[in-house]
Amino acid sequence: MVTSFNRKTALRLVLIGTAAASLAACAHHPKPSFPTTPTAPAAPPERTAPAPAPAPVTQGALPGSEQDFVVNVGDRVYFDFDKYEVRADAQPILAAQADWLKRYPAVAVRIEGNCDERGTREYNLALGARRANAVRDFLVSHGIEPGRITTISYGKEKPVDAGSGDVADQHNRNAHTAIVSGARGG
Amino acid sequence: MRLMTLALTLVAALSFGLAAAPARADIQVNVNRGDVQPLPIAIPAFGGGQVGADIAGVISANLQRSGLFRPLDPASFIEKGLTTAVQPQFSAWKQINAQALLNGEVTNENGRLKVSFRLWDVAAEQQLLGWELTANPENWRRVAHQISDKVYQQLTGEKGYFDTRVVFVAETGARGSKTKRLGIMDQDGANPSYLTDGSSIVMTPRFSSNSQEITYMALRPEGSTIYLFNLDTGRRESLGQFPGMVFAPRFSADGQKVAFSVARGGNSDVYVMDLRSHTSTRLTADPAIDTSPSFSPDGTKIVFNSDRAGSPQLYVMNADGSNPHRISFGEGRYTTPVWSPTGEFIAFTKQTGGEFHIGVMHADGSDERLLTSSYLDEGPTWAPNGRVLMFARESAGGASKLWSVDVTGRILQPVPYPGAASDPAWSPLLQ
Repeated sequence: MVTSFNRKTALRLVLIGTAAASLAACAHHPKPSFPTTPTAPAAPPERTAPAPAPAPVTQGALPGSEQDFVVNVGDRVYFDFDKYEVRADAQPILAAQADWLKRYPAVAVRIEGNCDERGTREYNLALGARRANAVRDFLVSHGIEPGRITTISYGKEKPVDAGSGDVADQHNRNAHTAIVSGARGG
Repeated sequence: MRLMTLALTLVAALSFGLAAAPARADIQVNVNRGDVQPLPIAIPAFGGGQVGADIAGVISANLQRSGLFRPLDPASFIEKGLTTAVQPQFSAWKQINAQALLNGEVTNENGRLKVSFRLWDVAAEQQLLGWELTANPENWRRVAHQISDKVYQQLTGEKGYFDTRVVFVAETGARGSKTKRLGIMDQDGANPSYLTDGSSIVMTPRFSSNSQEITYMALRPEGSTIYLFNLDTGRRESLGQFPGMVFAPRFSADGQKVAFSVARGGNSDVYVMDLRSHTSTRLTADPAIDTSPSFSPDGTKIVFNSDRAGSPQLYVMNADGSNPHRISFGEGRYTTPVWSPTGEFIAFTKQTGGEFHIGVMHADGSDERLLTSSYLDEGPTWAPNGRVLMFARESAGGASKLWSVDVTGRILQPVPYPGAASDPAWSPLLQ
């Protein structure tokens, strides 16, 4: 149980790495604003992305698959310290998420709110709930049925960046859109 | 009665240290306040072989860690082979400057340990305590803790806290993919055991006042659950299904209620459930974050954490949710309030100047004092006598470890549990 969870997390991290790499390689991507603000992570967190060769994913993401969503849309948006307002750099990504979800109406998602370690455990659970809900509200306001979206807060329990300091903290203040069912290609 | 006078002076100095604190927070760690000198006490190995030596060792370690006693080096003892059947040679103990002397014997009676001990005032040449305890041999550490409590109470005038346990979250694995299990151990880190298997993230355990029941939260991708777990029977029961995410459970002092938070639509509010009727009541309705409730020991009030004024601060309301009012007004962010067992103080975590601190204030918010400072100090829990706090400390990039600090801020030290751990919760005195 523990092992399988860890493996899944590792896979997700690899996929994030792939997403950033593909954005960097693809200058004409329709929504290039993902890493534009100075505080947003421009590259995958090095310490958590040991990334083995990702070739099969970048080159052949099946449209409507989880890989397609992660690589071509982006499954994570970032927040400022102790804030839950959707930032300007997050809006194009969430709009693209909404478009993609409209294209694949069988897909259900879980929005996972995450926080950095510079807060106490319970306050961060509440803050993560706010972040997850802010993303949920954005998607709903862009036409996604509320019934397709669940939310959870992980507080500071599941940092994507295991480091400490400003860069890691920014990586860890995020909301992750996880596909729970309905994607193509398993 | 020279010793008694000293002991009372000790207590007075401690009380003074807290009550007469300047309003300005002092974030110095390990600073001598009130000029408290630990009391020199001689604790020779109890008679009766290895278990006698072990019991004396546990008592010495307990009293030493309290910061109020200085157990003397047994190598300096002049009188050897002292038994409880005779009076000590007081001159031999005066000569090494012992002010108190604790000696005892262990015998085996029909498979049970019989432990007798005497506590002496060396200067007055008087016996202060004389007791006999019996226990199953595997409970020898509890006997040592109970004797420690009797000595502490006799010499300080306050109840002890050594015959207690701590429930906590044991952490293994790398940051980012930690496995978190519920752990329980004696207050001195001995006898750790684990209550959950790590298949879901667990956090924020708390003891009930009967000390045989704990409540905690388990977090899974599908949602969170608050559990009640009976330590005697091993029976685990969910608090119930709620529309939203539940977290931050705590018992009321009488054990009849659990206060907790529910996050729904991004808004977290405080609820309370009556465990007999299983009805729950919403206590806060503010659109801000309201969480980390903690009952006053008399059950009439709840202190909680809210960012309704723009940043996380501490508020007190009546137990029915009426009359919420802010009590923290210093610079910085206040979280994790915990009411002291005596009702007089509230301990908290404070974030200011890029550091985290454990602090205490009076229940009305006055006389705030910061006791610790580090990269990340979090989540204080009170020893049942209200003299010591345990909390989790984490260095940047490091593992979380358990630490303790006394309410004067003078005695700061790691808890002797070898592993990584967080979210400690101290039990009441065991019965």
